[in-house]
Amino acid sequence: MKHPRPAAIAAVVAAPAALAVAFAWAGGWIGPKRLGGGAIADALEYNGGSHPGYRRAHAKGLCFTGVFEANGAGASLSRAAVFEAGSYPVFGRFSTAGGDPFATDGRNVFHAMALQITSPEGEIWRLAMDHTPIFPVATPQAFVELQRASRPDPATGKPDPAVMKDYLSRHPETKAYQDYIAAAPLPDSFANGTYYSINAFRFIDSAGEARAVRWSFEPETPLTVLDKQRLKEVPTDHLFDDMRERLTHGPVRWRMKIVVAAPGDPKSDATIAWPSDRRTVETGVLRIDRAGPEEAGLCRDVTFDPTILPAGIGLSDDPLLPARSAAYSSSFRRRAVETPGPSAVGKSLGAH
Amino acid sequence: MPTRFPLTIRLLHWGMAVLILAMLFVGVGMLSTAGPAYAALLSLHRPLGAALFILVVIRLTIRLQTRAPPLPEDMPSLQKAVAKGSHVLLYAAMIAMPLIGWAMLSAGGYPVKLGPSFSLPPLVPQDLQLFGLLRTAHTLTAFAFFALILGHLSAALIHAFIRRDGVFSAMGFGRSRAKSSLSSSEVDG
Ligand code: HEM
Ligand code: HEM
Ligand code: HEM
Repeated sequence: MKHPRPAAIAAVVAAPAALAVAFAWAGGWIGPKRLGGGAIADALEYNGGSHPGYRRAHAKGLCFTGVFEANGAGASLSRAAVFEAGSYPVFGRFSTAGGDPFATDGRNVFHAMALQITSPEGEIWRLAMDHTPIFPVATPQAFVELQRASRPDPATGKPDPAVMKDYLSRHPETKAYQDYIAAAPLPDSFANGTYYSINAFRFIDSAGEARAVRWSFEPETPLTVLDKQRLKEVPTDHLFDDMRERLTHGPVRWRMKIVVAAPGDPKSDATIAWPSDRRTVETGVLRIDRAGPEEAGLCRDVTFDPTILPAGIGLSDDPLLPARSAAYSSSFRRRAVETPGPSAVGKSLGAH
Repeated sequence: MPTRFPLTIRLLHWGMAVLILAMLFVGVGMLSTAGPAYAALLSLHRPLGAALFILVVIRLTIRLQTRAPPLPEDMPSLQKAVAKGSHVLLYAAMIAMPLIGWAMLSAGGYPVKLGPSFSLPPLVPQDLQLFGLLRTAHTLTAFAFFALILGHLSAALIHAFIRRDGVFSAMGFGRSRAKSSLSSSEVDG
């Protein structure tokens, strides 16, 4: 072997080292800090405590099955197959917000409905919706800040008022949301809640034209509400027991309504509702037939990532959408490597 | 004995090297962010990974039907074994990564979307625990793959700049300078 020149040795050392450094930079381990799905899941765990095996948000849930009966009207807005007149199988999950899978239902928090609608070709659409038309934050950074600021103090069970006040002084949108939810009626059942996409999406019709839309599922069951002054008296599993009980008497239905944005409506800010006079198209009826505990259903072992969309529906510029996708993926990955425990409903059924 | 790999193998080697490094960077890069880049990079990651699977199948088929240049005669046999073993591992990683990616999305109940209206059928049945295992395997295999590539790159540069024994030019496109130092007795590759 010839004597190596210093330049040769430098090249041999420098090239792999440079590649390794570039890799660490790409992964965000060195250089400017980036907010990833893992950090969002960490913030949720910081707020909600450690509950291995369960979702990092909306941990308390109930699985259901049903059908979406499309009336065909949605086809004028989107070429998604499930808007053509017909019946499409659905499974989904009712849930309440928060990381505690055994939390009481007597809380003024999100009631939520998640769905998977499957087209005849097997294309799937996942929807995850809350019972409010707006969200407390507009960006993933604010979401993480809010999780940190609103962590309940173990001593009082309430967020530290000073920390929360500081957060709210910088986030008027969260204050506006709090005012909204304090005044809004709190449904006393999953069956009579309206569920909103909150985020905007893009519907693409068969001519290739795109429109910004939001949607909601409006209940056929008339609204009755919980008394917010007496939430402490609500039985722990009230919402979940009620829904199972109702379905033993027959199906429960919602009408799906698509709201089309007018020019100028905010399409990337989930904290602002669109005016109520916007063009609305009713696209069909969701019929839920059966419900059961997560450990026996289809809903536990998937994640209702709202960016799983069929052809004919696309993402808007709302920054919450990719953030949700990254966070749901991280939560799903974590709970998949842990062992899932029984659900609240499964536990109570087992006890009977 | 050939002094270089067949042209198709050399083209595939360098083309795939660029794409595989891109996949590794895209993979860790997308997980570092919850911004719009997460969604965009993930929808690039899946079809690129699938394309690499097709490329490695073509590459292995050609590789098994052609002759590879032997390693230099003066290379210690342990080093030769390490070189060959690491090449086998590189091939194993090239095959495993896309298959794990495809299987893990199937086990997680995700659609395996390669384009706006093209998806692969599930490779394995849906199963939460299997998803957990495969998701972990995708990460661990990716990091082992990257470490292997760093070692492979270092070895290639040592051959090119320090030993200057013709091993580098066996995968190169310039004129081979070190033909004479290549063994003529080795038959395999
Ligand atoms: C940046 C904003 C948000 C973040 C980081 C976030 C995070 C999460 C996470 C980590 C999960 C658990 C996922 C799993 O383990 O499968 C979850 C569940 C859920 N989220 Fe969000 N979320 C966000 C915004 C929203 C919005 C705007 C809505 C309603 C429109 C929503 C509705 C739901 C529902 C319904 C579930 C339960 C899904 C199920 O039953 O599996 N989330 N969220
Ligand atoms: C990035 C991913 C890479 C992969 C997966 C990879 C894979 C491989 C494999 C499997 C072989 C054995 C060829 C065979 O027997 O069919 C090989 C050979 C080779 N590679 Fe790479 N390689 C990569 C990157 C690189 C880089 C960056 C360099 C150098 C700068 C390099 C230089 C070489 C050389 C010189 C050979 C020939 C070794 C011999 O003659 O046996 N490779 N590579
Ligand atoms: C040469 C092939 C591939 C390479 C080198 C590769 C590499 C990577 C890397 C480095 C990561 C980040 C791992 C981590 O930090 O935890 C990753 C994640 C991922 N890869 Fe791949 N991959 C390949 C093929 C595929 C294929 C074919 C698919 C699917 C069809 C796929 C789907 C995914 C998914 C879904 C994630 C995780 C996203 C998340 O957790 O949010 N990969 N990949």
